[in-house]
Amino acid sequence: MHNESLSKKNVFHLKKITGSKAFSTFTAALLAILLGLVFGFIVMLIASPPNAVPGIFAVLTGGFRRIADVIYYATPIMMTGLAVGFAFKMGLFNIGASGQYTMGMFFAMYAGFFFNLPRGLHWIVCVAMGMLGGLLWGLIPGVFKALLNVNEVITSIMFNYIGMFLVDMWIQTTPGMYVADKARTAYLPASAQMPSLGIPNSGVNISIFIAIAIAILLFIVLSKTTFGYELKATGYNRHASTYAGMNGKRNIILTMAIAGALAGLGGAFAFLAPSSIPGSSVTYEPINVIAPNGFNGIAVALLGNSSPIGIIFSSVFISHIQRGGTQARLFGYEYEIIDVVISVIIYFSAFVMLMQEVAKKALRQLLDSLKRSFGKKGAEKASDAQPAAEIMAEPELSEVEKEGQK
Amino acid sequence: MNSNDLLKEFIDVFYFIVQNMLPVAIPLLLVALGGMFSERSGVINIALEGIMLFGAFFGCLFVYYVQNTGLNPQVILLLGMVIGAISGFIYSLLLSVAAVNLKADQTITGTALNLIIPAGILLFSRMYFNSDGVTTRVRFYISKIPVLGDIPVIGRLFFQNTYITVYIGLLLLVICTIFFYKTRLGLRLRACGEHPHAADSVGINVYRMRHLGVGLSGILGGIGGFFYAVGIMDGNVNGHTGVAGFGFLALAVMIFGQWKPIRIFFAALFFAFFRTLAPSRSLIPFVRDMNINAAYFKMLPYAATMVVLAFTSKKSRAPKAEGIPFDKGQR
Repeated sequence: MHNESLSKKNVFHLKKITGSKAFSTFTAALLAILLGLVFGFIVMLIASPPNAVPGIFAVLTGGFRRIADVIYYATPIMMTGLAVGFAFKMGLFNIGASGQYTMGMFFAMYAGFFFNLPRGLHWIVCVAMGMLGGLLWGLIPGVFKALLNVNEVITSIMFNYIGMFLVDMWIQTTPGMYVADKARTAYLPASAQMPSLGIPNSGVNISIFIAIAIAILLFIVLSKTTFGYELKATGYNRHASTYAGMNGKRNIILTMAIAGALAGLGGAFAFLAPSSIPGSSVTYEPINVIAPNGFNGIAVALLGNSSPIGIIFSSVFISHIQRGGTQARLFGYEYEIIDVVISVIIYFSAFVMLMQEVAKKALRQLLDSLKRSFGKKGAEKASDAQPAAEIMAEPELSEVEKEGQK
Repeated sequence: MNSNDLLKEFIDVFYFIVQNMLPVAIPLLLVALGGMFSERSGVINIALEGIMLFGAFFGCLFVYYVQNTGLNPQVILLLGMVIGAISGFIYSLLLSVAAVNLKADQTITGTALNLIIPAGILLFSRMYFNSDGVTTRVRFYISKIPVLGDIPVIGRLFFQNTYITVYIGLLLLVICTIFFYKTRLGLRLRACGEHPHAADSVGINVYRMRHLGVGLSGILGGIGGFFYAVGIMDGNVNGHTGVAGFGFLALAVMIFGQWKPIRIFFAALFFAFFRTLAPSRSLIPFVRDMNINAAYFKMLPYAATMVVLAFTSKKSRAPKAEGIPFDKGQR
């Protein structure tokens, strides 16, 4: 930039923050969210004009009335988000988190129903079993990719279907697990349910702390270990990392297995949750539908820029607008409005960073032309104006940010 | 049961499978051809599932609004096909603009486009129709085509208990093959998927070719989606089941067909056969006796995909430049 030397003095701190990569990914995420919400609002306007304003308001603020539920529903998508994000770091697109999640759920539930273990130990074994189930289902696309060169996207999608059909069949044919009259699974024994945090009318439980701990652990693995380094290097350039002597095939299989285990934990956390009504539990309905939480994980991972720490926050945000979406029903909108918003957010996340670059370039050109037309004196002003313009672009974003963090 | 009856039963099952297989194979064929155009021009099109559903939804919506006008069902089908093609094309613009002009990540964009449609259909159908989708009651099914249906063997195989989608699909296959291999535009399109910079250096507009490739996949995907709704869902579309992963199966068909039209046709037949086994299992004597859980049959097409891909992906002939955004300034 031509005027950098001039403006350096005034805006040193601001530049340092706004110029950093983390900041631009953050604003990119906010921009994607904003565009998603705007699109959702337009859809609401088309669907039912008079209710659109209170409807979008319900989406944005509905979650604040049910913070415990926001946390409760954030936990599984935090895990599927980590499952997608972790594989992303290696350049693998794990669209199979749904299948891994479902498989984890089945393994965890099976252990819940049929393992006779003392209270306090039982749920831990169930969680471990869920992790194992997801791991196995994540391992398959990894093996197909590493040894047979099959694109992991196709494999994951096919195994989403295969896993869903298998689990639904297993559940329906296992006596003791399925209540045919209700077409749902039976209630899990209390010892298999995770310890509740004791907030009334909510299933929020200690799994949120486990999930956050796992996110932090992954952050450390990615930034401080050789494996994490190899993983990221492979993600940047597969050929270069192979040339540097990294075992690409082993790393692919390992990454997918870990990703699967994370999604499997998500499935375990979702269904081992305690119920607010004594004697009941969260149940599953085998209706041959692929678990949506796997796809929500994609949105979570993209918004969090695949960073484990970012994913903690993005999962809470997605969960927040999902709870808000249930409130929008009061105004006649179906819950699917949130699925529309989330998928639009995914769509824009794919190129919002680029849009930002384009916007910055345009701004720079505008300022340069202003500088030229105002002569030399104007140049100094323009250089002052530039950081100001950057600040100017912020208020609309920070409003969203405020709303998100209220 | 004597051997004569057994033979007769076997022949009946054979006819039944062929008659049911073709309307299933056609959507797979068309959508896979769409995927082929897109990928051979250099854009990975994972959004085929969403494009199919989009085309199917608007096609069925059209059918829903004209079903009481007394139009001939086959005319309605043809008009619905046009609507499906147009809507598929419009929806594919969301992918081509993002992937070609904005250089977005093609896989992520495609995934997002797949997710929007089922949610959108559920949203609008629940608000306006109070159901999970659009239900129509036009009878597109043809029990016997005059004259042709009376030809021995062939008549019963190809001109009885069928839909006109089968013939339209085969016609489109011929047109696509000729366009792909015998026209200048087809050659240029293929060049952009293999080596866009070489194509660019001889004056081919790579961006326009890629828009064309994705646009064609949108048209074929939209038609394929509507044909799915007609031939498999009996003229209905539903946000929950969508097109049951047919867009993804079509991608597998395309890979199995090595990105070549005629091979794709045979690959589509192969997959359609597995898909048809599920509804016809109760008719095949020895399969019926084995008493296998229905879920295994539902899994069959997806499992067959994996087996096929495991054997074919090692020597994959994927277009070299697919998935890489074209940047004119980069050498």
